[in-house]
Amino acid sequence: MPLDLASLLTFATAAVLYAGLLNGRWRGWALLIGSTLAIYWLQPPLAPRFADYVLPTATLALAILGWLLTRPPDVESRQTTLREDRLTLVVLFVLAVGMAFNRYLDAAYRLTASRPPSPLWTAVILLGLGGLFLLSARLAAKADQRRVLSGGILFMVVVFVALKTAVLSTAVAQLWRTLTGQNPALAAPTDLAWLGFSYVAFRLIHTLRDRQTGLLPALSLREYVTYIIFAPAFIAGPIDRAERFVQDLRALPHMVGLDAARFGEAGLRIASGLFKKFVIADSLAQGMSLTAVNAAQATSTLGLWMLLYGYALRLYFDFAGYTDMAIGLGLLFGIRLPENFDRPYLKSNITTFWQSWHMTLSSWARFYVFTPLSRSLLRRKPRPSPTLIVLVAQIATMTTIGLWHGISWTFFIWGLWHGVGLFVHKQWSDRTRKWYRELAEKPWQKRAWTLFSWFVTLQFVVLGWVWFLLPELGLAAATFGKLFGFGW
Amino acid sequence: MANGQSSTITWRMIGRVLGKTAVLFLLLNLLFAGLEPMETLGRVSLYNWLLPGRVRLPYGENPAESYNLSLNNVPAMLASHAINRPKDDAEFRVLLIGDSGTWGWFLPNEDTLAGQLNALGLETADGRTVAVYNFGYPVMALSKDVLLLDAAMQTDPDLILWPVTLESFPRDKQLFPPLVQANPARMRRLIADYALDLDANDGRFITPTFLDQTIVGQRRNLADWLRLQQVGFAWAATGIDQAIPAQFDLRRSDFEADESWQTFTQAATLTTDDLAFDVLAAGMTAAGPVPVLLINEPMYISQGQNSDLRYNAFYPRWAYDQYRALLGETAVAHNWPYLDLWDTIPPDEFTDTPVHLTAVGNKLYAVMVAEGIRPFLAEKPDLRHPNPQGLITR
Repeated sequence: MPLDLASLLTFATAAVLYAGLLNGRWRGWALLIGSTLAIYWLQPPLAPRFADYVLPTATLALAILGWLLTRPPDVESRQTTLREDRLTLVVLFVLAVGMAFNRYLDAAYRLTASRPPSPLWTAVILLGLGGLFLLSARLAAKADQRRVLSGGILFMVVVFVALKTAVLSTAVAQLWRTLTGQNPALAAPTDLAWLGFSYVAFRLIHTLRDRQTGLLPALSLREYVTYIIFAPAFIAGPIDRAERFVQDLRALPHMVGLDAARFGEAGLRIASGLFKKFVIADSLAQGMSLTAVNAAQATSTLGLWMLLYGYALRLYFDFAGYTDMAIGLGLLFGIRLPENFDRPYLKSNITTFWQSWHMTLSSWARFYVFTPLSRSLLRRKPRPSPTLIVLVAQIATMTTIGLWHGISWTFFIWGLWHGVGLFVHKQWSDRTRKWYRELAEKPWQKRAWTLFSWFVTLQFVVLGWVWFLLPELGLAAATFGKLFGFGW
Repeated sequence: MANGQSSTITWRMIGRVLGKTAVLFLLLNLLFAGLEPMETLGRVSLYNWLLPGRVRLPYGENPAESYNLSLNNVPAMLASHAINRPKDDAEFRVLLIGDSGTWGWFLPNEDTLAGQLNALGLETADGRTVAVYNFGYPVMALSKDVLLLDAAMQTDPDLILWPVTLESFPRDKQLFPPLVQANPARMRRLIADYALDLDANDGRFITPTFLDQTIVGQRRNLADWLRLQQVGFAWAATGIDQAIPAQFDLRRSDFEADESWQTFTQAATLTTDDLAFDVLAAGMTAAGPVPVLLINEPMYISQGQNSDLRYNAFYPRWAYDQYRALLGETAVAHNWPYLDLWDTIPPDEFTDTPVHLTAVGNKLYAVMVAEGIRPFLAEKPDLRHPNPQGLITR
């Protein structure tokens, strides 16, 4: 189920009970248990049998695996931590097996989207999986940590690619259907719509990479899993950084329960999010924004532009609304999630646009694609020209962001569009810096230039959405042409 | 706070804000209920300035596909229509009212009767272009036609075309259309002004209470008005205002040996008590000095099983023949310009019901209507008495 008004109300009620009634030292545990239940509850129904139970369970398994791989070597010696980690494992096991008992509940009372598999089999499989994980962790501890962590990152990338590529995800769905006695011919790419996986994958990759570079602090299993699946940010981010997240998590025992300031701020953010998502974005969705269907039906250039602008606004208000709600809910639980948007459509160049649009994703990409790739290119002999390094790094970063949304040519072109845009802007600003500084003394000219730059940036971003939105390359290219009067 | 920032927000302050919000919300609702602004709001529209006016009235149950929707706010319907703009001197404005056949069920706009008439490029003798506006609405009742005609008279038409069929005449059906039920004040005024033989206190009229008039009570009507503006963007970009299925079931050709019609279980004699000729007359009067060409619209005539008893799924022969005779007599008696086209379209040109035409059917229909219009386009037409006897055809 998506984050709708009912689920929002449930979260808010849980937050009030959590803040008002719960002893401080249990808050961390409550977040872990609540988030675990939430990932099962929020997962929409899926056609392949048991998938809507298995995928949230797999999220937990990936989180535990991620923690095993990112544990600092000296952690074994700390008995208190070990006890808490074992307890966390037991809690997660009980919760996962407990969720399988939804099998015996009437559909109206079930927390899972459909009937889960037998609890007994679930317990056996989870215990087997747990044993396998522990064995792997033991073996991994003796191996080269750098390689093990690289293997972990590679594994996440492979799973990500398999799920985001239509052909591969259909093949996986076919296999799944075959194994569960369903008709494999009915498999579709949307069969395995794994809720929150994109965000989970990026958080896992962040921790694996930061362990490699030594930036990741030591986290208990409870802290690590809570960071990966924290319910308010599970569906649509933001992508927090683990070291920042645990600061708030560790401060929870000392947090004032019913703090008016926190509740007031959270309430405002949630109200703002509700307005953006359910009033503005959902209104724009009703006939005012471009879709794959009406793009193919369009007969007028002006109408197409209006729909495209409608889509651009809808996308922003939808996503920014979700982010506001996530931040507001996070605050209710005592976790201040990072900001994700800062009036991006008002920016006057593409670089500042990307510093204000889905900020946590662009920061992630800067940390884990742009910077390492640039450094790697700088170390090459012979060293490529700085211009070439910037071009390659920008395009690689932005195409990664594009492909994160789904592996298709249209997302690739969208990434390329922005990569080239960022590169061109960098070259332009490098060459016009002196002229731009001089504009400071000519306020009217500077204002006119800012207005012009804003207009150009907005058109660039809005045109880019054509590639982002439309799933077929032919339709996207035709629509792009029609926006300029070609191909009618 | 989660990040340790200081704040001046207190529970007392939150309580005050929530309290003021509740009071403001209550006051706004009371003000809204007091002002009853839905009709006025309906006149506020994005159509005909930011968006092109719609070529036919808003109607549809699936806005996501048809970029159109049904609503009961008559001013909003009118404001969204292309006819709701000033008429220039070079235009001879023709208002076409009627049922779903006129509206153009399963047809794009260019294939409707209005579209086909416009394609003929008719001109008046003094050189004005004939512009036909589709004001049909997919419900069969004369009361609904008169309700819409009454609202559309402000658009200054030069001629009104009014295709009718027997299914619009039963007196019991006149207060059945949701559009009529949801506009009790308008309909009661028509009943009073034209002394219609309809019950102004009929229980089917939706008479809102004070609470129903608040923002909360009117939320559905407000949402419909807003959605009409929203789907206008997709309509403007695509020209689509109806989700036309690729395939649909054709009208039936074979029937049971059944002569029932409406409340009649067998053949009987129809009178003006059964058929709402007073509502038809009210429409003619509501048009004022503007001439109305009454058209008995084409219908499917079956040659299948039991077609000796029934013309089609709608009509047994006894009922339709009597209706047709009554309509002709009434038109002559009142000196109404009248065109009887009931059997003029080949059976293959009907789609899912006995009154829905194909594009080809509408083209044939349009040519005949165009002939009927010609006397009104003459240099000095006698608009009040344009020789109706001469117009009665077939």
